[in-house]
Amino acid sequence: MVKRRHVLTGLSTLALSLGLATLSGGIGQPSLAQDSTLTIYSGRGESLIGPLIEQAQTDLGLDIEVRYGDTAELAIAILEEGNNSPADIYFGQDAGALGALAKAGRTNTIPESLLSQVDERFRSPEGQWVGITGRARVLAYNTDMVTAAELPDSVWELTEPQWRGRVAWAPTNGSFQSFITAMRLVEGDERTQEWLEAMKANDAQVYRNNTTIVEAVGRGEIDAGLVNNYYLYRFLAEDPNFPVAHHYTRGDVASMINVAGVAIVDTTDQLSDAERFVEYLLRPESQAFFAEETKEYPLISGMDAPAEQLSIDEINPPRIDLSDLADLEGTLALLESAGVL
Amino acid sequence: MADSVSRRSIHKRPLHTWLGWAGGDNRLARPPWFLVIMAAITAVAMVLPLAYLVVRAAGAGVPELWAIVTRPRTLEVILNTLSMGALVVFFSALIAIPLAFLTIRTDLPGRRFWTVVTALPLAIPTYVGSFTLIAAFGPRGSILQLLLAPLGVNRLPSIYGLFGAVVATTLFSYPYLLLSIRAGLQGMDPALEEAARSLGCNQRQTFFRVTLSQLRPAIAAGALLVFLYTIQDFGTPALMQFDTFTRVIFTQYRSSFNRHLAAALSLILVAMVMFFLWLEYRFRQARVAYYTRGSAVNRTPNLIPLGPWKWPALIFCSLIFLVSLVMPIGVTLFWMFRSTLFGGVGYTAYRAVSIWTVAFNSFYAAGLAALVSVLFSLPVAILSVRFPSRLTTLLERCSYVGFGTPGIVAALSLVYFGANYVPFIYQRLPMLVFAYLILFLPLAVGAVRGSLLQVNPSLEEAARSLGRTPWQVMRQVTIPLVRPGIISGTMLIFLTAIKELPATLLLAPIGFRTLATQIWQATAEDAAFADAAQAALLMLGVSSIATLVVLSQELKGNPVKRYDSEIGNG
Repeated sequence: MVKRRHVLTGLSTLALSLGLATLSGGIGQPSLAQDSTLTIYSGRGESLIGPLIEQAQTDLGLDIEVRYGDTAELAIAILEEGNNSPADIYFGQDAGALGALAKAGRTNTIPESLLSQVDERFRSPEGQWVGITGRARVLAYNTDMVTAAELPDSVWELTEPQWRGRVAWAPTNGSFQSFITAMRLVEGDERTQEWLEAMKANDAQVYRNNTTIVEAVGRGEIDAGLVNNYYLYRFLAEDPNFPVAHHYTRGDVASMINVAGVAIVDTTDQLSDAERFVEYLLRPESQAFFAEETKEYPLISGMDAPAEQLSIDEINPPRIDLSDLADLEGTLALLESAGVL
Repeated sequence: MADSVSRRSIHKRPLHTWLGWAGGDNRLARPPWFLVIMAAITAVAMVLPLAYLVVRAAGAGVPELWAIVTRPRTLEVILNTLSMGALVVFFSALIAIPLAFLTIRTDLPGRRFWTVVTALPLAIPTYVGSFTLIAAFGPRGSILQLLLAPLGVNRLPSIYGLFGAVVATTLFSYPYLLLSIRAGLQGMDPALEEAARSLGCNQRQTFFRVTLSQLRPAIAAGALLVFLYTIQDFGTPALMQFDTFTRVIFTQYRSSFNRHLAAALSLILVAMVMFFLWLEYRFRQARVAYYTRGSAVNRTPNLIPLGPWKWPALIFCSLIFLVSLVMPIGVTLFWMFRSTLFGGVGYTAYRAVSIWTVAFNSFYAAGLAALVSVLFSLPVAILSVRFPSRLTTLLERCSYVGFGTPGIVAALSLVYFGANYVPFIYQRLPMLVFAYLILFLPLAVGAVRGSLLQVNPSLEEAARSLGRTPWQVMRQVTIPLVRPGIISGTMLIFLTAIKELPATLLLAPIGFRTLATQIWQATAEDAAFADAAQAALLMLGVSSIATLVVLSQELKGNPVKRYDSEIGNG
């Protein structure tokens, strides 16, 4: 009898909690009405944009809700949701993902007045998305293991014997793949494939993503790695003596600038609020926030580069149309035929 | 042995009685309607991801798909996946079988402690576990290398590749097997072993010929879970730089946004999963079931005194405990206090809600998932054991498909069905719990089924013939007797659901943060290790409490056992 009572208690507790869950829709669940709430699908982390979103709610007088997730997975979710997508705005980490969404016809054209604030290199030529911040590709190296004289002038030097087994890369990572797409656009498929094969033959070490590369370079597990420019600063905040520095191969394709940007989802029912939000992100105050807090490059004219970093002009990135970065299938095929993926 | 019945005899019954309740009074009943309805709901749930994959795969270009499938690298990656799965199962068995015996059958000092700490590695997400493993044993700059540096060791052998992937997955998924074997051992009637001993078998012979062979279904069920978990995992192979088939699928999604090709490739993975489900089913068919519970003598065997073997046993347990729990916790603590140690200002991520709210969310969602899944696992398990037919077997086998597919695939299938067909619950809590049900149901089905197989159906038949309704039989006879399975199923699902990531990110109510999403944010994007560490430790804390609660139910629920051990102690 004792046992039976336990089971019955368990079952009734279950029934009760299920009932509550269904009735209330769970804790933290806002009302389904989407009329007054702007919904953002963000591939950017909450710690990067959370404070800005909070500020925007006050400044714009809008209710804003954000679903944080992986840049690519959220883009695919919007495709799967079809006409019922709750998303009004998509905030992606990578021009490739923005381009893919635009290519699938799931974006609204952004007004010219907003687009024109951003250098044309960093937005969709068709006005389907606009870059908010820039992120530079750099070579992060361990200052105890690599001397200044050794640092390469160009990414092609990394295929030479003195770099054998000393360079980390992350072929499965979106920002690396965008870099390879850029290389294809600048140098052509053939040269890119040669570089990939030479790097592989030179025993480039595969890591999962930028964070794991910077961490491994810091531990001295590997000498240098191809990463984005803003990860190092988080490590330095924890450990000021973290032995890693950045090197820019100026004027080289390895120093390309990719963007994190926004698109307005085509099924939005709040077009004007969505546009106001995009406008908000392009205000000098918001751009300065990104430069200070996330160490990324502001993209509107007249703003300085983040402290301690080279300006975009000094880096002299290759001139490419970022919306061409959406040709990821070609890059994937190339990575596969080079045996890198 | 008189009451042991071969399952085959059930199969040989006339066709028209195939759905009949084997009533002792020849009164054949159909399976109770409430079981059928719940099973039907479960079946529909299980079919959703498959239906989605078929719909999407239909859009894949045949030439592209053919090009990927016939690439030599694809074969290599499939072999990688299979060998990793096999090795992880093998090493998990080496850890889990001795641990289960030591903690249940012997007088090992501190058995209660070992029972809890050997289940807890399940609460460490493998992506966190692998990361700590690299920090502790990586080739350079790891804790071990720094310790050995004074001896002139500048570089350790690489941990990356198959070795690291197998070690990491084994260390954090062997409890699937352990809990399954524990449930099997607890439900075992010692009479058979005693009979073997009295017929002249020595302890070793008894172990291998009687105990282990009775445990085979529990071992196979647990091994299946470990195997399926391993082949669908993405995080660990990626961190350990080892290429598996799941990565090929992820690359299609993440790099080329090609949902169709990704779906077609996922179907190949599902086909592999189904092959192994069939294999385990054949293995199960080939043996005779021993009904051991609910006979007149329901008691636990006397504990085996370890004698001098106590020390090696303790060293073994400590070693597992050190590597699978103390090491990750230690490294996590180091991350948490790194900025204090090195005099940095610390990089603390912005947080909209308190970490306690987040911890509660995790507890709430995983708890609901555990209760709902165990509830729905009962009809699947009961139908497949008590009413074996093609249909019920198929249902039981299909419940494993969600567990064997990568989380993102199941999550996207629910994004598709949810947003387009049930928008009123899309991205609300019931949807998330439903996703957990699809992903983790077999954890409970396996556990409950294992327990039910040990229950003699004559008890249920007796209850039926004495006038009880099917509902009363289930409530008063079946459920109390499968209690060990229910307990271990609840625990498995809770510990697995609390660390779930892809479905949580896409399907949780907007703004509903869990510890798993916090850890992911802090490591993947922000490199805020202190934050990740805090969330990881809290996850372990919540899981420990849940494990203790569940295990205390296990002890409370068996008065006979308690009585026995009191006698033993006195």
